[in-house]
Amino acid sequence: MSAATMRIALVGNPNCGKTALFNQLTGGRQKVANYAGVTVERKEGRFTAPSGRMLQILDLPGTYSFDATSPDEQITRDVLEGNYPGEQAPDLIVCVADATNLRLHLRFVLEVRRLGRPVVLALNMMDAARQRGIVIDVPELQRRLGMPVVETVAVKRGGAQALIAQVDGEVPAAAPAQPDDPLSRADLHAQVRELLAATVSMPRATAAIDDALDRWALHPVFGLAILAAVMFLVFQAVYAAGKPMSDLIGDGFAWLGGHAAAGLPEGPLKGLIVDGVFAGMGTVLGFLPEILVLFFFILMLEESGYLPRAAFLLDRLMLSVGLTGRSFIPLLSSFACAIPGIMGTRSITDPRDRLTTILVAPLMTCSARLPVYALLIGAFIPLRRVFGIFNLQGLVLFALYLAGIVGAMAVGWTIKRMRRDRSEHALLMELPSYRLPKPRDVAIGLWERGMVFLKRLTGVILALTVLMWFISTFPSPPAGATGPAIDYSFAGYIGRGLTYIFAPLGFNWQISLSLIPAFAARETAVAALATVYAVAGGEADSAGLSHALAANFSLASALSLLVWFAFAPQCMSTLAVIRRETRSWRNVAIAFGYMFAVAYVAAFATYQITRALT
Amino acid sequence: MVDRVDDAQTADPIAQRLRDLGFVQGEPVRVVATGPLGGDPLLIQIGSTRFALRRSEAARVLVSTEAAA
Repeated sequence: MSAATMRIALVGNPNCGKTALFNQLTGGRQKVANYAGVTVERKEGRFTAPSGRMLQILDLPGTYSFDATSPDEQITRDVLEGNYPGEQAPDLIVCVADATNLRLHLRFVLEVRRLGRPVVLALNMMDAARQRGIVIDVPELQRRLGMPVVETVAVKRGGAQALIAQVDGEVPAAAPAQPDDPLSRADLHAQVRELLAATVSMPRATAAIDDALDRWALHPVFGLAILAAVMFLVFQAVYAAGKPMSDLIGDGFAWLGGHAAAGLPEGPLKGLIVDGVFAGMGTVLGFLPEILVLFFFILMLEESGYLPRAAFLLDRLMLSVGLTGRSFIPLLSSFACAIPGIMGTRSITDPRDRLTTILVAPLMTCSARLPVYALLIGAFIPLRRVFGIFNLQGLVLFALYLAGIVGAMAVGWTIKRMRRDRSEHALLMELPSYRLPKPRDVAIGLWERGMVFLKRLTGVILALTVLMWFISTFPSPPAGATGPAIDYSFAGYIGRGLTYIFAPLGFNWQISLSLIPAFAARETAVAALATVYAVAGGEADSAGLSHALAANFSLASALSLLVWFAFAPQCMSTLAVIRRETRSWRNVAIAFGYMFAVAYVAAFATYQITRALT
Repeated sequence: MVDRVDDAQTADPIAQRLRDLGFVQGEPVRVVATGPLGGDPLLIQIGSTRFALRRSEAARVLVSTEAAA
């Protein structure tokens, strides 16, 4: 064979350890992208075999069968058959099977064999299989399948040696291609049974440890208690570890901006660099630690096999509002920030359920709303005890969080009623064995997601931040102007223009104006209000701002603004990530439109009712 | 023990998927756990694999009880 690169495709059932094997083979040298036009991830890596040949490895999505029910499976099939546009058929297929779950996985191996292409079978998780006393007669399996069979332990260093030696050698002969029809399909199970009887001896069907853990984790009472404890821990960690790092990054950029400013002459260029680029980038990068902490926990839960259990416990509840058990974790993540939440919907296999989850995720109260809530509640809600034990301010905050959740449920339910396609979408979810997460796989997963966030989002956000800066800076105030410079800028005009829309909600022009930067990042509304009310110290001195606010707005306006923030279509990073994950501006328009409508109606009602009552 | 999987409608993809996952005649199955709300979904063990099925999905699988515990 020539020195040309050999293309190898990794395929297998979900939960066969394929990704761990891929990481083992390629290390960090991998390229993650999407297949053109869809959000199915395409992962490719390469490594040099001992013979010096370059091997290019494509990690295909996990697949149960070629009877494609999801876009992932369709792509897997098309790539293997060489029918995927822009993708050459692989020279060799490595079919990965979990040695502890051969009854299910061998059937897919047989399906792959029928493609009539060279196949190598990698029996993965051989360590776990031995531990459970499973004995596999590999030479006999190899003879009966007519393809090379190698043992691998993807999670152990050097666990893929045998596989590397195999793929580095001669390409095995392919079995003759066979037609794919329902009749022969049913026959596959009979073949699997025959193969298992002849080559595998299994003392018991499941691992004792899984049975023991599931007895607790899926218990109707203890299971839910455990789930609540896990959620609580994740939340705490995001706040405890993510927040200080986020603040540090924000401060770091402010400091850098200050230094950059010192070296620049006064003028618009300096404004752009300090207020536009550095402040904007600081805000964007500030999200990163929280996102990474959150993804760390999600990856740990994913790798350990707990995530499907959580989905199992909550499926019924989520189904009643048009979602699925799998929507739970992305929605939970959205309490920190909707961006990782929406990115996390990739684990929802069904496209319709995934879209619904993406559309309701921004309604979860993200951490960026908190500064706004804190400011307004502090300024307008008296510090009073209710029923002796509850703090009124805390109750209002809780009500706002609850409003987000109830709103999301109502929207999910509405989407369910409105969609034309009422067909049944299955849960059909495998609950894999529990596993200890491997640090390397978690690290690679974190790296991938972090890079995706940085690369794709910084561009959009940077551009919009610069635009924001431009409209709030130009045109400059005329000579002898007394008000803040922002009054005379485009943003000032826009703010006054917006009053026509927002006056029925009780918003004055200053509030309307602060909604513009809030669209870039919600927490900046606080700073923007501080600027227009020309309060010294800005965000650092929110007590001064509280007084200014209390003097300028009514309670009705404040409550209306709180409700607006609970539902309003913000921020633009969220809309950008919806665009990226769904690849459709239409979905962005739907998300923006419905949230605007809900926020407007809810804030209007709040304002009018409060005014009537007070 | 599974008897057969029936299509809820013609060319039912869920029934086809169930058959692909190994719900075929003669395969022993067992309910391992039920969900906390209204006993839905069900956790079904077939071979060494566990699947969460909603009751409406599981209704497609016709089973017959054997003497086995």
